[in-house]
Amino acid sequence: MKQSLASAAVLLLSLMSVASAQDPQSFDRVEKGRYLSVLGDCAGCHTAQGGQPFAGGLALDTPFGKLVAPNITPDRDTGIGNMTDDEFVAALHDGRGRNGKRLYPAMPYPAYTRMSRDDILAMRSYFKTIQPVNNAVESNQLPFPFNIRLAMAFWNWLNFTPGRFQPNPQKSAEWNRGAYLVEGPAHCGTCHTPKTALGGDKTATPLAGATLQGWFAPNITANTHNGIGGWSKDDLVAYLKTGANQYTLASGPMSEAVTHSTSQMTDEDLAAIATYLKDSGVPSDGAKPTPVAASDKVMRVGEAVYKDSCAACHKDNGSGELHLFPKLAGSALVQSNDPTTLAHVVLNGARAASTAGAPTAPAMPSFDWRLKDDQVAAVLTYIRNTWGNAAAPVPASAVATKRTSQARFD
Amino acid sequence: MARKLPRKDVVIVGLGWTGSILAYEMAKQGLDVVAVERGPWRDTATDFPPGYAQDELRYGVRLDLFLRPDQETLTVRNNMSQTAQPIRRFSGFLPGNGVGGAGVHWNGQTWRFLPNDFNLRTHLSERYGADKIPADMTIQDWPVTYDELEPYYDRFEKLAGISGKAGNLKGVKQAGGNPFEGWRSSEYPTPPLKQNYGSALFAEAAKKLGYSPFPRPSGNISEAYTNPLGIRMGQCTYCGFCERFGCGNYAKASAQTCVLPALMRLPNFTAQTDSEVTRINLDSTGKRATGVTYVDTSGEEWEQPADIVLVCAFSLFNVRLMLLSGIGKPYDPVSGKGVVGRNYAYQTTSGVSMILKDKILNSFIATGSGGMMIDEFNGDNFDHKDLGFFGGGYMGSGQTGARPITTRPVPKGTPRWGAEWKKATAETYSSGFGISTHGSSYSYRDCYLDLDPTFKDRFGRPLMRMTFDFKDNEIKMSQFLTDRLAEIARALDPVEMTASPRKGPWNSTIYQTTHNTGGTVMGSDPETSVVNRYCQSWDVPNVFVPGGASVFPQNHGYNPTGTVGALAYWTADAIKDRYLKNPGPLV
Repeated sequence: MKQSLASAAVLLLSLMSVASAQDPQSFDRVEKGRYLSVLGDCAGCHTAQGGQPFAGGLALDTPFGKLVAPNITPDRDTGIGNMTDDEFVAALHDGRGRNGKRLYPAMPYPAYTRMSRDDILAMRSYFKTIQPVNNAVESNQLPFPFNIRLAMAFWNWLNFTPGRFQPNPQKSAEWNRGAYLVEGPAHCGTCHTPKTALGGDKTATPLAGATLQGWFAPNITANTHNGIGGWSKDDLVAYLKTGANQYTLASGPMSEAVTHSTSQMTDEDLAAIATYLKDSGVPSDGAKPTPVAASDKVMRVGEAVYKDSCAACHKDNGSGELHLFPKLAGSALVQSNDPTTLAHVVLNGARAASTAGAPTAPAMPSFDWRLKDDQVAAVLTYIRNTWGNAAAPVPASAVATKRTSQARFD
Repeated sequence: MARKLPRKDVVIVGLGWTGSILAYEMAKQGLDVVAVERGPWRDTATDFPPGYAQDELRYGVRLDLFLRPDQETLTVRNNMSQTAQPIRRFSGFLPGNGVGGAGVHWNGQTWRFLPNDFNLRTHLSERYGADKIPADMTIQDWPVTYDELEPYYDRFEKLAGISGKAGNLKGVKQAGGNPFEGWRSSEYPTPPLKQNYGSALFAEAAKKLGYSPFPRPSGNISEAYTNPLGIRMGQCTYCGFCERFGCGNYAKASAQTCVLPALMRLPNFTAQTDSEVTRINLDSTGKRATGVTYVDTSGEEWEQPADIVLVCAFSLFNVRLMLLSGIGKPYDPVSGKGVVGRNYAYQTTSGVSMILKDKILNSFIATGSGGMMIDEFNGDNFDHKDLGFFGGGYMGSGQTGARPITTRPVPKGTPRWGAEWKKATAETYSSGFGISTHGSSYSYRDCYLDLDPTFKDRFGRPLMRMTFDFKDNEIKMSQFLTDRLAEIARALDPVEMTASPRKGPWNSTIYQTTHNTGGTVMGSDPETSVVNRYCQSWDVPNVFVPGGASVFPQNHGYNPTGTVGALAYWTADAIKDRYLKNPGPLV
């Protein structure tokens, strides 16, 4: 008797949880949506620094001009309080706002289109629960002709493939979860996939690295030379969870992504992302170019600059210090094809993310006041071609361009 | 009229070592905490990056990180018959300013006091007779014992990653450490620093004379370390720019490198910088503090109400704030009554300088708390019978760098400038060798702090007046210590040497140390102390002075920071475990 009562209770409970999963206002549903908004790092753009959550206002510098993330609180006048669920889904799946208004792909709908309708509706449930904030945002601050939203019809025709994520039955459930996260909500490719002149993804080379906002989002394919092929699954998980692993520390835009998104993901999801990234896309041979000879004049200048300005922290052998000063020897980022991030960090400095697991947030000081363009170029060439590293030399002109363009991004 | 801010649970005056430790401990309890700091926010990479942290002119000579006298200064005199004059350029001691406080620009020397330092008067009376203690010497027992503080010393050392070698682990002597130290519950968190050549020579000579040299415990740490707050520190590079400088390598223990990264993550903590607390406000009974008033850089006055006020400024300024706020009875040296300002003490230092024969010391390879020390002549580690003084200090090869502007050893008789001076300075730069003693400074009836009758600060408040001189006891002690040090120096067979024992009168224009202690002394008797054994004000129980050196009843033969840190944790536990459960007097 007791047993049958207990099983009836279990049955009742499970019925209740099915019921609550369908109730858009249930805790489970809202919590699921909240977690999805973390996976999607919605706050990264829609919450301005020091501003109210999701009330918009963060300006995004695109190669075409400035776009400002809109208010997505449930405010009826200035937020999305009047949006229907279908309109909300259309925004994420198709890049169409209210009344069919075309969104710019700074809103990563080309990635969110992979998300399931159910996940998006769960997010919708969550966004209905946050505090409405009356804050009018003029999103479109692009210059002519980019300010014409209709142009996005043409852009979409060229660059946008709508459609839900399709699991690969050959792969494990974990791999498929990772693929869904990377391609869908976490929208890694929005930064890390190389872009065409019009800002569309180069679909042949997903996640192979791209330059944006004055930084180079590095190659995160399994390439062993300048991708994350040399990192173990644990290294990847540690990096995403804490912003630090045995090789490096997250800084720049990735520091924001770690703070707002990846550090708050579940361990299972981080493991899934790591599994997928270690086994995604086109396998790379990881072939290295021939390093610049140590006897090269630029290398000798670079070595002198390094000893003077860098070795105190990064050490003579480029080993750095665990969780404080990134390791330069063997670093994929140091050997990236595009030295934008390296020049950015040397000129402007950078601060690592502060997370519960790695709270220190050490920072690299700025050297723009101290080193000339050719000295920065020489020291970068030096670190890219010493301790077994090999990468193209950095021309002084690239540093000069970086120095003059950075005002735009600061 | 001050604008009133929303109430906080805790307001902390000053965000240095004690302020940041207390802020973290209180905020971790879930309390709403604000720290009001007179100076600016300071951060390693933006304020003292390795690219210019070692700018001797800016920091070492022009004192960029320090308190400026136009912000706050004090008047000084040697005795009560003189008229005190204001310090117009800090030089004898150098109070800090800004987040991190003096913990930003310290040398990192991190000691524990000896067990019998804590019951000094009782111990000396028992061993030598109470009548042997000079009548005007106002030394007194601490209200805590070494055994009680040991876990808190341990906690602070682990927070700061201190490098060293234990000499006494749970009562068992350890080879290579200080054989005289009190028992330690665990080994230092990081191994000792490497020693430079001069220190190796000193240790060799000291050993030959029968002493037991050991590496000085150091807050510039020997290897990377993660502290219990999860914060990562770097390895000391031996650049030789510690005292007067911030560390660009995350290698010197400070609020910045050991506490702030974790503290600033707590949403219930706020740092209010560039704001000077002008007084602690009391209610009409005078028995309860209602918060503090502070002035920001635009001159705007704010009232910050709070349930608990923690006075965590630099030692001297704790005393002044208590005097200005009318908390505790001001000390009167004539009657000997009153407590606030009583038992001000300092430190009695001396040195022996040498030029060594055929030695290239490369002394610029150094760190603020490197060096090999001996402790045979500290505290009551040696028999004082018939010596005519009490107290002592550690001594050793305390060379902390050889910075180019201020390190210019030259042979005796060298002109002060010109071609000959240049030649001599080039020849002796690397063979000049300084060793030093670091002695106690006991407290006296007429060495004290009070409010100056004449001089005022920029807000019209009276400056604090310091009345201090070295007494016979300290001068004899310094002579004795310096003689012992000179014996070791002679064993190094120098080309020439000069021993400089400390002589009176105290000169506030020659840098000696920034170890200013006493004034809000902790004790068991409200007649002779400002705060009780939990660093809680006897008069206003929601005001605490959590471990600034102002609570030391006298100063012992060690640097104060280790004890300051231990007392900060001791007070934090007392507030957490006792006061919060039952707010009111804890004793």
